[in-house]
Amino acid sequence: MPDSTPTHAQAAMAPQAGWQSLVADWSSDQRAFKSASWGKAMMWIFLLSDTFIFGCFLLAYMTVRMSTTVPWPNPSEVFALEIAGTNLPLILIAIMTFVLISSSGTMAMAVNYGYRRDRVKTAVLMLVTAAFGATFVGMQAFEWSKLIHEGVRPWENPLGAPQFGAAFFMITGFHGTHVTIGVIFLLIIARKVWRGDFDQERRGFFTSRKGRYEVVEIMGLYWHFVDLVWVFIFALFYLW
Amino acid sequence: MSGMAPGADQAIPPAETAEVELYHPHSWLTKYVFSQDAKVIGIQYSLTAIAIGMVALVLSWLMRLQLGFPGTFSFIDANTYYQFITMHGMIMVVYLLTALFLGGFGNYLIPLMVGARDMVFPYVNMLSYWIYLLAVLVLVASFFVPGGPTGAGWTLYPPQAILSGTPGQEWGIILMLLSLALFIIGFTMGGLNYAVTVLQARARGMTLMRMPLTVWGIFTATVMALLAFPALFVGAVMMLFDRLLGTSFFMPTLVEMGQQLRYGGGSPILFQHLFWFFGHPEVYIVALPAFGIVSDLISTHARRNIFGYRMMVWAIVIIGALSFVVWAHHMYVSGMHPYFGFFFATTTLIIAIPTAIKVYNWVLTLWRGNIHLTLPMLFALAFIVTFVNGGLTGLFLGNVVVDVPLSDTMFVVAHFHMVMGVAPILVIFGGIYHWYPKITGRMMNEAMGQFHFWVTFLGAYAIFFPMHYLGLLGIPRRYHELGEMSFVPASAHDLNAFISIVALVVGFAQLVFLFNLAWSLRHGRLAGGNPWNATTLEWQTPETPPGHGNWGKELPVVYRWAYDYSVPGAEQDYLPQNHPGPARGTAGTAA
Repeated sequence: MPDSTPTHAQAAMAPQAGWQSLVADWSSDQRAFKSASWGKAMMWIFLLSDTFIFGCFLLAYMTVRMSTTVPWPNPSEVFALEIAGTNLPLILIAIMTFVLISSSGTMAMAVNYGYRRDRVKTAVLMLVTAAFGATFVGMQAFEWSKLIHEGVRPWENPLGAPQFGAAFFMITGFHGTHVTIGVIFLLIIARKVWRGDFDQERRGFFTSRKGRYEVVEIMGLYWHFVDLVWVFIFALFYLW
Repeated sequence: MSGMAPGADQAIPPAETAEVELYHPHSWLTKYVFSQDAKVIGIQYSLTAIAIGMVALVLSWLMRLQLGFPGTFSFIDANTYYQFITMHGMIMVVYLLTALFLGGFGNYLIPLMVGARDMVFPYVNMLSYWIYLLAVLVLVASFFVPGGPTGAGWTLYPPQAILSGTPGQEWGIILMLLSLALFIIGFTMGGLNYAVTVLQARARGMTLMRMPLTVWGIFTATVMALLAFPALFVGAVMMLFDRLLGTSFFMPTLVEMGQQLRYGGGSPILFQHLFWFFGHPEVYIVALPAFGIVSDLISTHARRNIFGYRMMVWAIVIIGALSFVVWAHHMYVSGMHPYFGFFFATTTLIIAIPTAIKVYNWVLTLWRGNIHLTLPMLFALAFIVTFVNGGLTGLFLGNVVVDVPLSDTMFVVAHFHMVMGVAPILVIFGGIYHWYPKITGRMMNEAMGQFHFWVTFLGAYAIFFPMHYLGLLGIPRRYHELGEMSFVPASAHDLNAFISIVALVVGFAQLVFLFNLAWSLRHGRLAGGNPWNATTLEWQTPETPPGHGNWGKELPVVYRWAYDYSVPGAEQDYLPQNHPGPARGTAGTAA
């Protein structure tokens, strides 16, 4: 196969701005996203697909909320807790939201330290993120058991429309599963960072490929996405 | 037009990324069974899809036996007939066409055609196949459970899909929904690979506007599938909950045998929206790869550059985008605000424009071409006429006022079989005859192929053409027998019998094709590396069939688009994409 060493046109590499650079990247060879690795591009596209899943879930929830003839319970009352004699609406959800958004902060710090090759700080911050995530899932379990205790089930609801229970368990369950998967992967990657896999170019058990610190950032993309989805669930299910 | 200009005078940029080491199999098991090589995965996908497709073929025979000769076969009653219909439709659309185009052709061709060594994440790609296989096995299992497979129709509309009285209500519907969810998970794993490989792992010099249209079709269809399947996934999960947990997402208040069921307050129309938000893009998920492949077949076998390459690319992308805003044309009779009907009819008819552009460009590519009537070319030509036929009846059904009387008649059956059944299948056959020499190193047998083509092509017309007429008479679809209806003339029954006999014959012709596949593996004429004198990269591999890693030591460098055919002054009449010499004619810039 003929392969003369190509002379490289300097002009083509001159930095361009805005739309011009977008067009230049997409009309170039090899890669459309010049700064994104394979893994990062794949995570972005996966998240786009996952957005459609959550979008469909939320639209379905809104549709059944309209179609049911039984009154919809007031989320402020359903999700209120009696603490020290005062009735605090949505207090648990507020704390859960705070915890999850904080976890995005520690995740961002972990990504930063990852790129500085600071093994210990990266791993610790990922573990803190995982702990926040686990706390979130734990509080969600508490919220589930409270509602189940009050008689709410996917198929019936003494407080009002049965679709309330169905949509609640389905959507928070699906989101909680995402958080749980995220926690598991945070732990796996934190272990790899701690052990120095990415410095020693150790090969993955399944894929036999060498990992890089970029994995921390890709993990971060997923985590921030799960966080963002929660903001929508919070706004559309709890506040509406 | 920089993307299309033959690029020998252009500098090819250096490699932007270091090569990723491939996984090297250590045993027979990791080489041929749990393989991470996209080519092996592609063949696994194809064989599995063809195998399950044979099941769907047999089901169509049984349906036709019942329709042609009602009451003759005692083992077919109304229930089993509905089960045959449902499984035939779902298998053909999802487990055969989608899996074969994206999982089969996509896996085999994308890395080769864009000049990559493999998919970007081979391990995930391997998982994709095994989850697909699991989905197929779960689907097949539903034939053996109490009550049999679901008979809800391939659209699985609730509430009837999960109520008693619908066959397969016990287990069939659960396994069907589970299998669909698995299929979507498996497809997502593969689809991410196909999309990222096209976007991020092309060879040096391979710009997006130099990619063969096959890759454009498969790529666009993959992106669409990644955005459309989520709606089906959500619908399947919610219906599973309705069936298993007793939720009422899709279930309104119902009275059955004088008893009020415990469902209430759900929205059956919600499922239709979710289903068709997936279902309509799905039509194009199987059509766009066919468009792409047929463009390359026509160009190669007519020795002519594709007419209007850029238009072809943009038409594919625009069709893909538009197909997300037309879904409710499947729901004209479900009860819809007339303004919505107007909106969806308009968007539907707009799709005819980019589609017509494609058809004209195929015909103009053939115009004054040096047409070789090889097997792939015959199937490509058959595709064009069949697709035009099915597309024109689509204009009927896209209009609300014409659709309402035709809805749920055999006219609809004829329409979608022509446009998304027969037409893509013809391209699949053409593609297999075209790429078989690359996959195996041997040509497929010509005589058997000719027999297969003529019986399939003429037979498909003999089957589906009369169905339009039956539909215009008002013969309803999904009825297991017509009985005595005043508006059904006796000739309609004769026509049904005729269709059934032809369907059996065409079905048997497919066995000849399968035999040809196996026979040619050992006895076919040796093909050499590039029997069709094609330009695209997969024909320029150092070995045939291509080895692990596809390209030997050096990755290919691409200097030109994929359609430099009949180049004046070239040693042969074509210049492969990795040919560095200057363009010697106008072929590269003509379009």
